[in-house]
Amino acid sequence: MPLIRLWTRKWNGMKGFFIIGEEVAQYDGAYKITRGLWKKYGDKRVIDTPITEMGFTGIATGAAMAGLRPICEFMTFNFAMQAIDQIINSAGKTFYMSAGRVNVPIVFRGPNGAAAGVAAQHSQCYGAWYAHCPGLKVISPYSSEDCKGLLKAAIRDPDPVVFLENEILYGVQFTMSDQALSKDFVLPIGKAKIERPGKHITLVAHSNAVDIALQGAKILAGQGIEAEVINLRSLRPLDTEAIAKSVAKTNHLITVEQGWPTCGIGAEILARIMETETFFHLDQPAVRITGADVPMPYAKTLELAALPQGKDVAAAVKKLLKVK
Amino acid sequence: MRVVICRIHLKLRDIEFRATFDGVYDYAVRILCTYKRTSIRAYYRLKLLLFPGAKTTWSEKIEFIKMKSYRPIPVYRVLDRQGNVINPAEDPKLPEDIVIKMYKSMSLLNNVDKILYESQRQGRISFYMTNYGEEASHIGSAAALNNEDIIYGQYREVGVLIWRGFTLQQLVDQCYGNKDDIGKGRQMPVHYGSKELNFITISSPLSTQMPQAVGSAYTLKNTNQVVVCYFGEGAASEGDAHAAFNFAATLDCPVVLFCRNNGYAISTPIKEQYKGDGIAARGPSYGIHTLRVDGNDVFAVYNATKLAKEYAIKENKPLEIIPHQMIVLPTDLPSEIKQWTTNDYPVMKLRYYIEKRGLWDEDKEKEWMKKSRNDILNAFNAGEKKLKPKWTEMFNDVYKDIPSNILKQQDYMNKHAPYNKYYYSDLGSNPDTG
Repeated sequence: MPLIRLWTRKWNGMKGFFIIGEEVAQYDGAYKITRGLWKKYGDKRVIDTPITEMGFTGIATGAAMAGLRPICEFMTFNFAMQAIDQIINSAGKTFYMSAGRVNVPIVFRGPNGAAAGVAAQHSQCYGAWYAHCPGLKVISPYSSEDCKGLLKAAIRDPDPVVFLENEILYGVQFTMSDQALSKDFVLPIGKAKIERPGKHITLVAHSNAVDIALQGAKILAGQGIEAEVINLRSLRPLDTEAIAKSVAKTNHLITVEQGWPTCGIGAEILARIMETETFFHLDQPAVRITGADVPMPYAKTLELAALPQGKDVAAAVKKLLKVK
Repeated sequence: MRVVICRIHLKLRDIEFRATFDGVYDYAVRILCTYKRTSIRAYYRLKLLLFPGAKTTWSEKIEFIKMKSYRPIPVYRVLDRQGNVINPAEDPKLPEDIVIKMYKSMSLLNNVDKILYESQRQGRISFYMTNYGEEASHIGSAAALNNEDIIYGQYREVGVLIWRGFTLQQLVDQCYGNKDDIGKGRQMPVHYGSKELNFITISSPLSTQMPQAVGSAYTLKNTNQVVVCYFGEGAASEGDAHAAFNFAATLDCPVVLFCRNNGYAISTPIKEQYKGDGIAARGPSYGIHTLRVDGNDVFAVYNATKLAKEYAIKENKPLEIIPHQMIVLPTDLPSEIKQWTTNDYPVMKLRYYIEKRGLWDEDKEKEWMKKSRNDILNAFNAGEKKLKPKWTEMFNDVYKDIPSNILKQQDYMNKHAPYNKYYYSDLGSNPDTG
């Protein structure tokens, strides 16, 4: 959990930072992301709240308007629905509405996207929801390196940042490069990363879907197809340039996400490619792989069928490339 | 009589001046224009209507109203710790079969918890919520209602369903999301629901059931039904709780707002959740009649719910009941709470009572425990073995009529599924177990 290490090291001497949310202090956070922070930094910097998302999001937003730098944790982003007015209408628009006089340097973070066995109301991706809104920056990290580098960037950012972590990825261990382990490591917001280079097709994904795309690429590699996997890292701003560059090389594009298809991240990417020169680099129409267009069911079989798997990616690539 | 009227007349004039001087009470002045009997009533109303929305009087002394200015709302109880009825007038005098059904349901609930909670710990189901310590709240309230009364639960109200006739097999099938789950494997474990039993399906987001319950109650005005809305004291921190209280009061809805106060919102203690005299004190401030009840005393909860239902139907008004349960959620309990837990376990209290009435003994207890455990284990084993729903279930019920885009998806899946048999067994079996 790179987030914890980052905080325990970085918070010394930082001014105005505090984390607020349900059970972030004494209970160490619902997913133990804030473990040890309360013991180390105390009540002033790590604040447990009553169960009122609308309330503590408003309080955090107000604190940011007054010059502090809050990190507002949601137990999951599903609960942020109770507070979405504060995020979009207040945090996201205050800088604009105040004619640039009041900025809102705040990070809204918590797990997002499909989890396991928690069904319709607890298992969904809000990437497209927040990425839709000007005024917000939206980050959807995949690996430990992403989390460390981008959370740091988010905390330092003068604008409100929505930081969409993933519950399934909390339990995954990633190897970190020496560079990523260094004290000064930080990643720029709005830049994608090529997770796996390839030449036959571009797979664009974010969050846990990067893992699905990589699994697909692994299956394909055994069959002589080299897929390039792009980890978007940020959803707003979206790194269209990185995608265009890759498509110019591979001439094929598939987007992979766990969210729904309609007005989704994949839909946005395909529309942007259509609008630019990159369109002419495509040998086949680009395709979206998304979660099924239904609310998430609970039963294991149905849940599995409702989410794209590595095998689905491999199948779609082969279909697109007309390979048997 | 004449003298009395004169005196009232003088007072009326006094108030009339004050109202005129303050220049805001046209209404007051208008109703003072007549001196008939209605105006005497109007006077009394007026005397209390000096401020918009507040029935109060003037004060010339500056003084804060503090938490200690009021006596805390007392906790109503029927039984003492040893299961004796303290005031015989409050004994609901329930017949033997009902009392035994109460005891059996309460102790069964505890056994259901043990098995399903263990099953969650072992990863067989993804989620569980125990009902330990809340048995009297569930059963006491359920017994005072009819199956026609609509229940909005939060997620710790399975006792109400059991009382209404939901079977153990139905409970287990829901938790496993298997092919016989009446929820078709769509919902998380413990998100039970039954249209036949008027139990609205549990919804995960906290407190959303509260304004919804009030809305349902609005449609039940002037009928013989009420809505009972269960919520935890932590849930009362959500904005929806305020909306529910306020609308219940202003729209005069026959709803019983039933706050199960067990002292902890998962692991956040009440002292970090609210201040003052608790959720009960909010009732009167919203204009809602309120009872604070010993949640470990099944008869107290029964009497309270019965009275609340009668009142709600008669007056078309909302009620608030706040049973304070035993506190059992966190593992690391402060000592005073531990004491509360061991001394006031609701099932034990009722057992003392039925033993004293000569309705129960050690042999019956042993026999019942054995039977109830067996029943649960049988249901559990059967439920775990059942197949999961077929993948085609995924596409039903998104809309009433399946639209073309979903049909297209279904068609695509139909072609795709045989391609990856390992994942999408047509039998709907769990790929992990083959």
